[in-house]
Amino acid sequence: MSALLEVRDLEVEFDTYGGTVHAVRGVSFDVRAGKTLAIVGESGCGKSVTVQSIMGLIPIPPGRIVAGTAELRGVDILGRPEVDGRDVRGDAIGMIFQDPMTSLNPTMTIGDQIAETLQTHRGQDRPQARARAVELLEMTRIPEAEQRAGQYPFEFSGGMLQRAMIAMAIACEPAILVADEPSTALDVTIQAQILDLLGDLQAKTSMAIILITHDLGVVARLADEVAVMYAGRIVEHGTADAVFHQSGHPYTQGLKAAMPTRNSRRDDPLQPIDGSPPDLFAPPPGCAYRPRCPNAMRICERRDPPAFPLEPSDASRPSSAIDVVANTNQEDAASGSQAPTPRTPPEETDIHPAKDATAAPPHRDHFSRCWLHQSEARAHFAAAAAGDGDPP
Amino acid sequence: MTVLLETENLTKHFDLGHGRQVHAVDGLSLAIEEREIVGLVGESGSGKSTFGKTVLGLHERTAGRVSFQGEDLPASYRQQDFRRYAPHMQMIFQDPYSSLNPRMTVGEIVGEGLKLHSDLSGREVRERSAEWLQRVGLEPAHMSRYPHEFSGGQRQRIGVARALILEPEFVVCDEPISALDVSVQAQVINLLDDLKASLGLTLLFIAHDLSMVRYVSDRMAVMYLGALVEVGKANDVFFDPQHPYTRFLVAANPEPDPRTERRRAFSAIQGEIPSPINVPPGCRFANRCPQAMPQCREQTPQLIPLQEKGGREVACHLFG
Repeated sequence: MSALLEVRDLEVEFDTYGGTVHAVRGVSFDVRAGKTLAIVGESGCGKSVTVQSIMGLIPIPPGRIVAGTAELRGVDILGRPEVDGRDVRGDAIGMIFQDPMTSLNPTMTIGDQIAETLQTHRGQDRPQARARAVELLEMTRIPEAEQRAGQYPFEFSGGMLQRAMIAMAIACEPAILVADEPSTALDVTIQAQILDLLGDLQAKTSMAIILITHDLGVVARLADEVAVMYAGRIVEHGTADAVFHQSGHPYTQGLKAAMPTRNSRRDDPLQPIDGSPPDLFAPPPGCAYRPRCPNAMRICERRDPPAFPLEPSDASRPSSAIDVVANTNQEDAASGSQAPTPRTPPEETDIHPAKDATAAPPHRDHFSRCWLHQSEARAHFAAAAAGDGDPP
Repeated sequence: MTVLLETENLTKHFDLGHGRQVHAVDGLSLAIEEREIVGLVGESGSGKSTFGKTVLGLHERTAGRVSFQGEDLPASYRQQDFRRYAPHMQMIFQDPYSSLNPRMTVGEIVGEGLKLHSDLSGREVRERSAEWLQRVGLEPAHMSRYPHEFSGGQRQRIGVARALILEPEFVVCDEPISALDVSVQAQVINLLDDLKASLGLTLLFIAHDLSMVRYVSDRMAVMYLGALVEVGKANDVFFDPQHPYTRFLVAANPEPDPRTERRRAFSAIQGEIPSPINVPPGCRFANRCPQAMPQCREQTPQLIPLQEKGGREVACHLFG
């Protein structure tokens, strides 16, 4: 199945008084129809900026998209407000935000706000749009939708507002719904209702969901695939099961150990991650997680780790694994002479070894950007390539 | 075990004028033993924070009684009451951004309690403040800096130092980690844990994160619309909830494990918490409860201990 949205090598910077913030530093991922991709990370890791730049929501200036592409059904939408006569924002991609109270217009009724979306993007007349707005409110399980449509945001509770936001976001039947911390401001019981609703809507419409959150519980409930971001990079990616149960990157492992599960006992202390995320004005050379990493090695200080595949994917894919290891080895040899330049990381080529149609993109596989996996990657490669001779 | 702090029918109503009142806390009775951590959970608007603040005298109570070490606390605090009780009872706030005065240095913030409540000299106060900053994992050199120069986790540590420098016996932690990132939450929890062990603290830990409350607390109290619906040992309440509301709350609590989540036969609780202005008669949870009986809409259930559940207290007619 080909991807609905393919994001490649996205880099975003912000110019501030203090200097340039390298907010997103080479992010690639795929979003597929009917599936949920969760982007997880702590505040400031660049997860929201990534999605906002794809949707053209970051202010330029001070923001700047330095590099990358984001292809929606094969058409690059980065910096383009419309594709094939459809607006990207609000039409092809719908969005719900963390704080529904501040994302809605307090001076318009809920019904009118939803109708406006349809009038703008679909050219419906007002009565038509209003009738559809009520239907949408019913779809999002707002009781007495007809009456509620005539009310203002202040008359809604937080959970109701988030439903209204969802109704508005799905009004134009978007291919992708971006949910940026959709339940963070809500109580657990209301959060459960909203997550349920998102799952049901996805099953009905087969829209893709990009879920941005820092809550691993929410991820576990909704996500098919997970991308863990740290300091502007995806440090681990894979299916939800792989990322949770065979976590590769020390940061992912750290996040898991830092929170209690139903099995943790009182006398097992939680394992916090010491320190705090790096300053993105001047990202450190090498691995950005190194200062906090319990497993840091010398190479981590010098060189940014490329994406190492963690599992041999299906048999059609060993070629990408070979490329990753091969390129890494070449770089290992070359790296003594020159320091890697942070702007164009040398492993760019490693992440996307083959862009031809036959090799599946490695973004789908379980990978981790950590030097710990170098030997494991080699072993996988050796196993996969056993018939084809040794790696260079 | 001796009871350190006890509330009896503690009630706090806020007057809205025109005869309307917000029933934030309605007749809440809870006894907290020495060196115990009691976790208080509930949805926003259930009155958790108001309860914590009323216990400490930050809100004047409408009715009921609060006693500390066997002594009744005043219903409305005057200057000298705060002076008297502040060294014994303190609070750690949720928002490490708005709860520190941006115009005071960290040294002044941490040392203010000692300056007001002890007869130490300025120099001794500074020495103690520096010592406490170290104790919470900051540097004495941070004394001259201002709150905005610190990250959320560091500010919460400043809040902890400020609350604990007087070595109080009882501390209300009002959502102390909700505003922090996951990796930093564990730092603050472990810090509180260490300090609890070394100072013999008694904590009322208010939070909505059930997993964390279960992990941190000895006992758990579940609050709904101003009243307690279930109280018991934290593990028992979490793994074997009795009150229908607690059962929903536990069922809604997402676990960081996709396999568990897929297996979850899940039905979210319907509806929302009613307004505390028009508290329905009878059981407060009746309008959302799938097991509601006619009796529930007329009679308010009281907390009753369940013998077969090791003295767990549940306020529900199903157990009457």
